[in-house]
Amino acid sequence: MANAYTPGLKVSESTVISKERRLPLIGDVLVNKGSRVKHSDVVAKTELPGNVELVNVVNKLSIDPKEIKDFMLLKEGDRVKKGESIAQSSSFFGMFTTPCPAPCDGTIESISCATGQVVLRQNPTPVEVLSFIDGIVDEIIPKEGVVVKTIGTYIQGIFGVGGETVGELVMVASSPSTVLEEGMINDTQAGKIIVGGALITAAAIKKAQACKVKGIIAGGIDDETLKNFLGYDLGVAITGNENKGITLVVTEGFGNINMAGKTFELLKNNNGKKTSINGATQIRAGVIRPEIIIPKENLKESDISTPPEANLLMDVGCVVRIIRVPHFGSIAEVTALPTEPHEIETGAKVRVVEVKIEHTGEKFTLPRANVELIEK
Amino acid sequence: MHIPKEKITSILATDCGSTTTKAILIEKVDGVFRLVKRGEAPTTVEAPIEDVTQGVLNAITELEELVHRKILDNGEIIKPRKGDKGVDIYISTSSAGGGLQMMVAGVVKSMTGESAQRAALGAGAIVMDVIATNDGRLPHEEIERIRHLRPDMILLAGGIDGGTTEHVAKLAELIAAADPKPRLGISYQLPIVYAGNNMAAGLVEERLGKKTALDITDNLRPTLETENLMPARHKIQALFLHHVMQQAPGYNKLMKMTDVDIMPTPGAVGDIMQVIAKQKGMQVVGADIGGATTDVFSVFQGIYNKTVSANYGMSYSISNVFVDAGLDNIMRWVPFTMDERDLRNRIKNKMIRPTTIPYLLKELIVEQAVAREALRLSFDQHKALAVGLKGVQKERTIGDALTQEDSGESLVNLMRLNMLIGSGGVLSHAPRRQQTAMMLMDSFLPEGITQLTVDSIFMMPQLGVLAKVHPEAALQVFEKDCLIYLGTCIAPIGIAKEGKPCVNVKLKKQNGHEVDIDVPFGQIHVMGLPVGETAEITVTPMRGFDMGEGYGAPVRGTVHGGTTGVIIDTRGRRPFELPKDNAKRVEKLLEWIKAMDLYPKYPKFE
Repeated sequence: MANAYTPGLKVSESTVISKERRLPLIGDVLVNKGSRVKHSDVVAKTELPGNVELVNVVNKLSIDPKEIKDFMLLKEGDRVKKGESIAQSSSFFGMFTTPCPAPCDGTIESISCATGQVVLRQNPTPVEVLSFIDGIVDEIIPKEGVVVKTIGTYIQGIFGVGGETVGELVMVASSPSTVLEEGMINDTQAGKIIVGGALITAAAIKKAQACKVKGIIAGGIDDETLKNFLGYDLGVAITGNENKGITLVVTEGFGNINMAGKTFELLKNNNGKKTSINGATQIRAGVIRPEIIIPKENLKESDISTPPEANLLMDVGCVVRIIRVPHFGSIAEVTALPTEPHEIETGAKVRVVEVKIEHTGEKFTLPRANVELIEK
Repeated sequence: MHIPKEKITSILATDCGSTTTKAILIEKVDGVFRLVKRGEAPTTVEAPIEDVTQGVLNAITELEELVHRKILDNGEIIKPRKGDKGVDIYISTSSAGGGLQMMVAGVVKSMTGESAQRAALGAGAIVMDVIATNDGRLPHEEIERIRHLRPDMILLAGGIDGGTTEHVAKLAELIAAADPKPRLGISYQLPIVYAGNNMAAGLVEERLGKKTALDITDNLRPTLETENLMPARHKIQALFLHHVMQQAPGYNKLMKMTDVDIMPTPGAVGDIMQVIAKQKGMQVVGADIGGATTDVFSVFQGIYNKTVSANYGMSYSISNVFVDAGLDNIMRWVPFTMDERDLRNRIKNKMIRPTTIPYLLKELIVEQAVAREALRLSFDQHKALAVGLKGVQKERTIGDALTQEDSGESLVNLMRLNMLIGSGGVLSHAPRRQQTAMMLMDSFLPEGITQLTVDSIFMMPQLGVLAKVHPEAALQVFEKDCLIYLGTCIAPIGIAKEGKPCVNVKLKKQNGHEVDIDVPFGQIHVMGLPVGETAEITVTPMRGFDMGEGYGAPVRGTVHGGTTGVIIDTRGRRPFELPKDNAKRVEKLLEWIKAMDLYPKYPKFE
């Protein structure tokens, strides 16, 4: 096989970035195609239907479900305040009445003659979708949202925690192997996104939270640290909704792993720039990886005309990242792609790739499944 | 299908898994259908591709290179076959995109709730939750749960035909109030299948007809004593294809490429398992361990049951196995020590990079330990659901009254089990077949005499869908290329002190050669018996041990050979326990590893 399909994480100095900004439900789009937007602009909004309360009116009034409509004081669609009677029964020629009060503010959604229940829906919650990145509205998805495009630096992380946040990028680590320690974090980093090197320590996360740092980017994190940070052992990698006041983006994996040289250099070159990050990760169907987006300043409309291209074919001369032990995290160059399967230490016969490790020059043969392509 | 069945000579089949897309080529050679080759590539539901057909084309491209013939022309499958180019038909199964994720609802959790769960699972779904009027949750909690989970589909059951309608109407009101939105896409209505009391259909229609894509079918529990799951299952599968799959990335394109409807992978595997059980007249348990989920199938007394353990798997869900099984349970199968921090990081790295494979022997051993636990946990869930109908009034004799048997006991009886079938990457691709046999024995703990088999290269899904189009081709390939006979496990029930007498085995091979051996408690002993050969066997358990005919009573029968042979497992059952002392545990593990010849570097693990 001359080449092989090998998906990898995207790490690009300058690329067209396209972000779909969709509402969870049908709603209104507030911007037009071609509009320039800032990260904090609301591009679409809707109202999330409120929670519901089921009120068992027939039990409260001791009546038959079929008679419920005779006892209702309000009809479907009527608004009601908490404590207001929605139904009432009377006895002894109207001398005694039994009211059925509404448990909350809301609207009468349905009255059931079969079960005797009234569905009371609470007031809706407004939902707004922000642009998240500075850019130009490239497409309108009617009633659902927009696609915002920009050009800039784009880095996909491997795993993250926490949702979208935007702040100034601050390099804290001096090299890709720096371990981000508590002492490197201070109050001047409040509202900013800081960059560590190989590992985020538990103490560093605590300090960053205390200093109101918005986000941390680093090469690795220990699973034990993650467990303590989340307060539970993560079973399935679906993240993004944690309410921890900070977003983490890990670029390489679990453990003490140097950040890839290219990633580190790109971040260093963008020190001080406005950066949008999202830790949301979903390692399942429709995989979502965390992202770091640094939009170009003074964006022109013509900048966004080039479509993003994906080159996922591995060939001799390509640069790859080794993504499993041994040599986990090393960067290497592909020297050969033998067609026939080779036997590895486990005894399995698998398709392999021959590589030369960047820093040591050591040649090594490993399963093709254990490398991923790094864009040149 | 554009070609008559009798003219088909070349079949291309793919299975789009959550991690890998597998393509196989089946061709008619000398009048018999055989597997030619298999190719694979990572599944492409992830950005930047987000189109499942790209992974399919990549897997076919690898296949083309391995068989040195052209199947694709400019990204399209050449059909029909012309000489050595192209294939006659193309079929596919899929579990990518997370498979089919459903919620089910029934009036009583252990009755219609459980029947609805079985119907959904049998259709190939993952059941995210069961809502029932007696599930202990308050209505607003149930509503919040429905809204939060965003299933692909809901199956609503409840009540027997002609029974009370109020409870079903309440459930319908609950769902209507939740106003659930589908997981994929926001512009289409959520499909709901109603398969409950026929008298309540109108009430359900009133409440859900306008808000959802409601489809009404026959009651899945028409009476307390009967379950009628097929109409609901067929409806679920049809809605899955026409509503849910349309929303997954690239599936519209894939559906146009295939000659017959795409089947959900677990549904296809279940179909082929049922065919085997019926054809061989056996009690069968099968397990398919994938990256995200583990499916367990069983056929006992002709009753088919299937469960999907949604969060037990070897890549996407590996971390969840670690969380649920616990560190100690995983490490009990590992004959060396590992730093907990290192192990945790390795497991999480597998989770976030699901397509990687172990390169080092120690890593392989740890992954196989996780697989044992994933299979054990999934089998426990299966046993809990594969039960007789609950709530059924039985006619009792005085004897029954004395035994106090309840309705709803598990149908899974390991002593009656004839064949255990393993499938899925970690079992099918284990470097040595003995490893597969050992993983099956450790996870399922078969009792008595049980034949062990494995899907050779994990092709049961494709054969399941092929069985719908060309049953002869599917069965021919299944017999000749799919099922690998690992051997037969002989395991008496009972425990004793290590080294005490446990079982005597007399084996007479076809060539007349006889073996007579006493195996003490706590051992594994392997007797060679090649694939295709059988032998007459007499197993006499010692006092305190049972082979199915009572304590100390001998059993006779015919055993089948396999890649490993006949395995006598006297490590104990009910309970099976590993030594508590760490040094002793490692010593025993190494002894069993040696007996089974499991790994190439025995025993230098440190």
